[in-house]
Parts: sequence; C-alpha cells; structure tokens
Amino acid sequence: MMKTELLAPIIFMPLIGAAILGIWGKHWSEKLIGAIACSTVGISTVLSFYLVFAKLLVLPADGRLLTQHLFTWIKAGSFRADFAFMVDPLSAVMLLFVTFVAFWIHVFATGYMHGEDGYYRFFAYLNLFMFMMLTLILADNFLLMFVGWEGVGLCSYLLIGYYFLKDSANDAAKKAFIVNRIGDAGFVLGVMLIFLHAGTISFIDKTVDGASVDSSFARLGKLFLNADPLWVVGTMTAIALLLFVGAIGKSAQIPLFVWLPDAMAGPTPVSALIHAATMVTAGVYMVARCSPIYTKSPTAMFVVAVVGGATALLAATIAIAQWDIKKVLAYSTVSQLGYMFLACGAGGFSAGIFHVFTHSFFKALLFLGAGSIIIGMHHEQDLRFMGGLKKYMPKTFWTVAMGWLAISGVPLFSGFFSKDDILYRTFSSSSLPSPWGAVLWVAGVATAGLTAIYMTRLVVLAFFGDERYRPHHEEGAHEVKAAHGHEESEATEDRAAYAHRLIPRESPANMWIPLVVLAVLSVAGGWIGISEGLTGGRIPNAFEHFLEPAIAKPVAISGELTVSAEHAESHTLELALTGLSAIIGIGGILIGWSWFKGRPLWQPPSLLENKYWVDEVYNRLFVEPIKSISTEFFWKVFDVKIIDGAVNGAAWLVSGMGDVLRLIQVGFTRVYAALILAGALVVIGYFLIGLNR
Amino acid sequence: MEKALFLILAAVCAVAALNVVLQRNPLYSALSLIATLCSLAAIFITLQAQFIAAIQVVVYAGAIMVLFVFVIMLLNVTTAERTIDRHRYLKFLAIPFAGLLITEVFYVITRFPQAQMPTGAIGTTESIGVYLFNQYLLPFEVTSILILMAMVGAMVLARREEKGK
Amino acid sequence: MVPISWYLALSAILFTIGVVGVFVKQNAISIFMCIELMLNAVNLTLVTFSSFFNEVSGQLFVFIVMTVAAAEAAVGLAIIISIFRNRESINVDEANILKL
Repeated sequence: MMKTELLAPIIFMPLIGAAILGIWGKHWSEKLIGAIACSTVGISTVLSFYLVFAKLLVLPADGRLLTQHLFTWIKAGSFRADFAFMVDPLSAVMLLFVTFVAFWIHVFATGYMHGEDGYYRFFAYLNLFMFMMLTLILADNFLLMFVGWEGVGLCSYLLIGYYFLKDSANDAAKKAFIVNRIGDAGFVLGVMLIFLHAGTISFIDKTVDGASVDSSFARLGKLFLNADPLWVVGTMTAIALLLFVGAIGKSAQIPLFVWLPDAMAGPTPVSALIHAATMVTAGVYMVARCSPIYTKSPTAMFVVAVVGGATALLAATIAIAQWDIKKVLAYSTVSQLGYMFLACGAGGFSAGIFHVFTHSFFKALLFLGAGSIIIGMHHEQDLRFMGGLKKYMPKTFWTVAMGWLAISGVPLFSGFFSKDDILYRTFSSSSLPSPWGAVLWVAGVATAGLTAIYMTRLVVLAFFGDERYRPHHEEGAHEVKAAHGHEESEATEDRAAYAHRLIPRESPANMWIPLVVLAVLSVAGGWIGISEGLTGGRIPNAFEHFLEPAIAKPVAISGELTVSAEHAESHTLELALTGLSAIIGIGGILIGWSWFKGRPLWQPPSLLENKYWVDEVYNRLFVEPIKSISTEFFWKVFDVKIIDGAVNGAAWLVSGMGDVLRLIQVGFTRVYAALILAGALVVIGYFLIGLNR
Repeated sequence: MEKALFLILAAVCAVAALNVVLQRNPLYSALSLIATLCSLAAIFITLQAQFIAAIQVVVYAGAIMVLFVFVIMLLNVTTAERTIDRHRYLKFLAIPFAGLLITEVFYVITRFPQAQMPTGAIGTTESIGVYLFNQYLLPFEVTSILILMAMVGAMVLARREEKGK
Repeated sequence: MVPISWYLALSAILFTIGVVGVFVKQNAISIFMCIELMLNAVNLTLVTFSSFFNEVSGQLFVFIVMTVAAAEAAVGLAIIISIFRNRESINVDEANILKL
C-alpha cells in the first residue's frame, strides 16, 4: 500500500469550482462559467488517468492500493472514521469512467443550458455533485462513503428541482430525496451492524499515527473462527440485506424505483450524469465493494439477484409504453440497473461492474442525444410529436444509433459483451439455488429482448417516419387525434399549432462533440472486457483481471469456491448462450423496426402506460395514511392538546400555586403564630424520627 | 405519699392553666394564672428548690400578676365583644396541634433514664447565693441592667403624649 | 418517690396549654398571660432537671428567666397600653395590616 498526494486534488477541484461559481458566478458570462466548470472536472479527469495509469498500474497485481490520509475525522473510543481516501482497482474503474463521462456531460451542458436563468447555479450544483460522487467512490471507510452517498442525494435534489418555479420539478426533487432517505435508513443500520460486530468500519487495513486499523471485512471474516457458523451467516445476511436496502433506494430498484422517472423533470444533462451514469451506479459500487460480505451470505445474494432480475423485467415492460422520450430512457436505466444487481447476486461482481462501465457510456450518450433532440425540437419531449428527424439532425442520429445498438446487445458493441457476460453468469451461477439461475436467465433474456424492442421504438419514433409535429400533414394530425381520443384534442391542437413554426435544427458543436466521443466509447468500450470463454483465452479479459484483487469470489451453494471450474467445462455453453443473446438482440431490433415503422402511434396497454399504477398504490398505502395520521393525530391531538396543553398547563400550575401560597399572608398574628407552631411540630417530629433510629 | 401530693398539686396546676385559656374575661384568666403559679411554687418545694419557690411566689405571683391585674383594670377590658372571628378554624386546629405536641414530648419523656433522688443540698438560698455571686456574677449584673432598661422602656412607652406635641 | 417523667409530663401539659392559648385567644393580654404560662412550664422543667441531676445551674437559669420575664411583662404591657390608646381596642385580630 502506497501513499499518494493526488487524490485530494482530484476530489477537491470540483468543490473549489462549485464554491467559486456559487459565490461569484452570478454575474459572470456563460462562457466563463462553463469554462470554470468544465476545467475543474477536466483537471480531475486528467489527474485520475495519470493516477491510475502511471501510479496504480505499475504496482504488482495484488498490491494495487494507493491511499491518502487527510485528517482524523472522528475518533471516539473504538470508533474511528478518517477523512482518508483510497484507490484500488474497483474504485479506479469507477473513477475513470465517472470523471471522463462527467467531463463530456459538462461540455454538453454548456450548450444545453444556454440561455437559462441561473446558469451559474446549475454548474455550481453540478460541480458539487462531482465532489460528492468522488468522495463516495474514493472513501476508505463506510462513514465517509455515506457522506458522499448523502451528498449525491442532496445534489440530486438540488438539480432535479433546478427549475424551481415548476411544481412538478419541486415535487419530483422531494420525492427523490425522500425515497432515497428510506433506503439510507437501511444503509445506516447496516453500517451500524458492521461496527457492532467488526469494531471498525474501514475498508482496508492501514496504520494511522502508529495505531493500526483493521479492515472491517477482515474482521467480519474472522467471526467465523469463533462463533457458530449459522449465527455468523445470519449476521452477514442481515448486514448485507440492510446495505442492499440502501442500494435499492439509491439505484432505483423495486420497490423504491418510483423516484427515477419523476426525476426526469430536471434538465437533461442532470438526467444523463446523475440518473444514468453516476449516482445510480453508486448502489452497485457499494455492493461490489462489500462483496466479501455478500459472498458469505447466499440468502442475500439470492435476494439481490431476484430483486435485480424482477426490476429489470418490470421496468422494461413499462419502458415500452412510455411516450416521453426521457421517461423511456429513465425506465431503461432502472432496467439496466436491475441487470447489474442480477449479476452481483449471481456472483459475477466483475460482470456487474463491467456493465456499469459500458452502460455509463451508452446511457449517457442516449440521454445527451435525447437532450440534443429536445433542444433541436424547441423543448418538445413527447415522441408522438417527433418523427423524421434523421434528415435534420444527422450527427445526433448517428451517435444515438451507436448507443441504440450498444444497449440492444448487437454483437461487437460494448453492451453486447457486458450484457452477455451477465446472462452467462446468471445461467451458470452456482451460488444461486438450482432452478433460479435458469429462471433469472430467462427473465434476463426477456428483458434483453424488450430492451431492443423499446429502444428501436424510440429511435424509429424519433428519427424515422412522418414528421408528426407538422399539423398540416393530414395523417399526422388525424393520427394524433385518433390515437388520443377527444379529451386531449385541445392540448394536442395547441401543441400542433405551436409546432407549426418548428423546424428542427442540429445542435451546436459543444453538444455534438461529446455525443461523438461517447459514441466511440459505446462501440469500443467493451473490447477490454471480452469474456475469455468466448475467445478461448486468446484475448485476455483485461477488465476482469484488473478487478480481481478487489472483489471477493462467490461461494457455491455446496460450499466450494467457484474458481474457473465453470470456465473450463462449459466453454461450449458460453458460446451457445452468447449466440442466443446475439439473436435476441438483433431479433428484437428487427421486431421493433417492423412493428413500429408502420404503427408509430400504437397505443400500449394502459396498465403499462400507467406504470402499473405504482405511484397511485404507494399514495394510497403510505402517503395518504401518513397525511391523515399527521393531521388527525399529530396535529390535532398531540400538538394542540398535549404539547400546547403542557406548556399552558405549566403556566397555569405556577399561577395556581401562587394563588394558594397567597393565603399564607393574611396579616393576622394569630395565624402566623399557628403556622410557627405547625412548623415547629414538623421539625420536632423529624428529629424524633431520627431519635428512633 | 409524695406521689399523691404531687398528683393533687399537678391537678390543681393543670386545671387552673386550662381555665386561663378557657375563660373569656381576662381578669378571671389572671386569677387562674395566679392559682397556677402558686401550685407551681408548691411543686418546686417538693423538688426541694426552696429559693425558687419563694421567689416564684414573691416575684411572679406577687409582682408580675399584680401588674397584669393593674393593666387589665386600667384598660377596663371586659368580656370580649362577640366580634366575628374570621379565623374560627384556629380554635378547631388547637386540639390536633395540642395532641401532636403532647405526643411528641411524651415520646421523648418516656425514654428518659431514671435519675437519682433529689438531695436538697442545692436548693437552699445559701447554695444559690454562693453560685450566684461567684461563677454567675456577670449574668447577675447584666440582669440588673436589663431591668433598668425595662423600667425606662416601660415609662417611655406608657407615657401620655399630651404634653408638648 | 415521684419519677422524673411525671414532672416533665406536667411541664409538657402546661406548655401545650400555653401554646394553644396563644393562637386561640383574641385578647392581647390573654395572649400575654399564656406566654407567661409557657415560661413557667419551662421553669418547671429546668428546676426538675436541676434537682434530679444535682446541678445548680438549672435553678440559676430559672432565676434569670424570672427576671427577664418580669422585665418583658413590664415592657409588653406598656406596649399594649400604648396600642390601646391608639385604637381603643386590644383585639389582636384588628392589628392585621402586617401583610403584603
């Protein structure tokens, strides 16, 4: 383990940017604000690459750990949390793609947010978010990671509610924060349990000021030596599940995914950065970081896999039925996050992280592309009012197409390799009980198919077909009216009238260049992680080998380690499954193309279009009862009667006592004499009792 | 024999004391008080404190009570008018308070160790005089100053204010 | 042989009667007489102890007490006379302005 001085600048540059912009940025020009914001993140990016490639990779494979200790933050008894950072292969991977993607999104945002009020505020928040995210990734103990965890939640709230004059944005921001907090409660309980049983919350063994601090994972592992294994496994399960609750909230899995679609009320670069590439992946990162705990609890792994698989499938079914382009991408993100958790639950942590890696490229690309479309269409977001944009926005089209092919799992694109790796590991997982591996694989394959279908739908509806935003296109106007029924016709006529003046235009350079960069990575980014089963070991899986020392190996149900046993024997199985995924991916595209080309305004089932009424159910089950309890009980009874009663009662008591004591002052000497006698009797009595003892 | 004597004297004393409180006319109370004082003097004699008994009769009953009677006659205090007593409850409190006080004191008394019999050697005038003028000379002299002050005070307080002002 | 506790009991009874009398009577002079009664009860206690324990200081104390009682009676009665001159009444209840 070596020390480095580079981690602090990486993390604090965006904070400095946020501070500068927040304090002085109000009256600066857009160019200056954009330059400062992008340059701080750019410096972080460059330093990150330097750190990883020049400093980390030169270390031997099992000693790749760089740390930097800033100061001792909390030291209370045996509890210790330092403000210290570390870089190991897992955080290196996260660091690289987070900073890189964030940089290009910052550049894009300088174009997207052009002309907005509060331009400086946006970039200040965005930089603040980067600071928090980097703290989360590079923290070396649970508490500092939690600081970053909460911080990204805060910045998410600030950025979703950026258009604070819109009620929908404010509500969405509050919803995101509150649902996140529900998950955080579980996370904090998990960390407390870890401290209770391990006595430390550090991720690594280290020595600070002469005192040695053990890694919490090592300590938890040592529990097996002394105690009943059943109890230890139960403890691990409890810890793992509680931590996973936090991941459910942060990474929008069932049942706490409801905030992510609403979060689309924020500006599109926010959706791209926070809700596609970085914040939502924090949950997956945390699960991978805690893999030593998860691998010791088969129950927890199972829960993670099932939740991930179910979320993937559910979200994909909803995504097919959405009309807002950003909502389609939001549910797609939820679905892909489900894939990542499925991978982790099945034991393929490196596959899950690989999918995080590739997903960040193509999902950010898709969101930025959607942003480009939205700006080009003068803030139109509804797919029903797009169409035929290919000839107006070619650069956007070709880059979005790369992302489309990547997410659909077309062979040789990045998404293909990562998704296929996940599916293979799910099927052949030996840490899931026996039929579930195959069951979840089926769910994953179905999701892959649906993904290809709904992404094709999005591309077809946006870029191909009739230009439905032009009302003088008879078919367009009639189709729109017929598809919606009469109650919406007024709104659609308004919009059609507005769109009449509309000519879509291509976006400026500071918006299409990031698209191109991300498109290149969507195509090529997967080539460093090609599964070795496919190529028979001819091309090394650099990604997996890099990550190996940082992630624990899953334990099979039978209790043995699953090293490379399955690689050797089921080489053919892997090839077969890969072929199947390729067919599903391409087939999905073809199905989507042929179906939606002719029926762009196909009305999906209302159950799906209304997202299974999840928000309404939650409202009935949780929100309404809480509101009524708050009003009826807490306000009217508790606050008015008990608390106000206590306060008023105290005053009443004092004045009552005064009224009683007033009676002593009568002015009659005889009464005073009687009182003196009474007092004397009491005192004599007291001494007599003492005499008796 | 001595017990019987004591009981008779104690009974007289207690009944007279009770009468002091129970009489409404202060003159009758004063007379009862004189009876109490005289029976107390007799009890002193049974305790072989002859000197004290003598001065009890001479000073207390003979001087102080006479003063009381003079003042009562001077102020012409008759039976108290039937004014409305706003604190009648005090009369009813008297019994419990009295009972409580008696109980507490009896509680102590019954635990008292038995002492030796009175010898009578110290009650004589001669022995008191010896102590008074040797060890306790200072209190004796101070007492005389006290009496002087009392005289002056009484004269000042009771003087009529008609002259001058 | 009369036990000491009898004398002390008599003294207690006298004292109690005096105490009760203080706050039952309305006439100032009557109250004064009850105070004298209390003083006498204490005198009896002192003499009892002095003779039973062969201590002369008890009787000397009684001597002083009597002197002081005489002085106090003189002054007190003078006060009562002057109050009577102002108010025409020696009802203690009418002197009730000593209050807040």
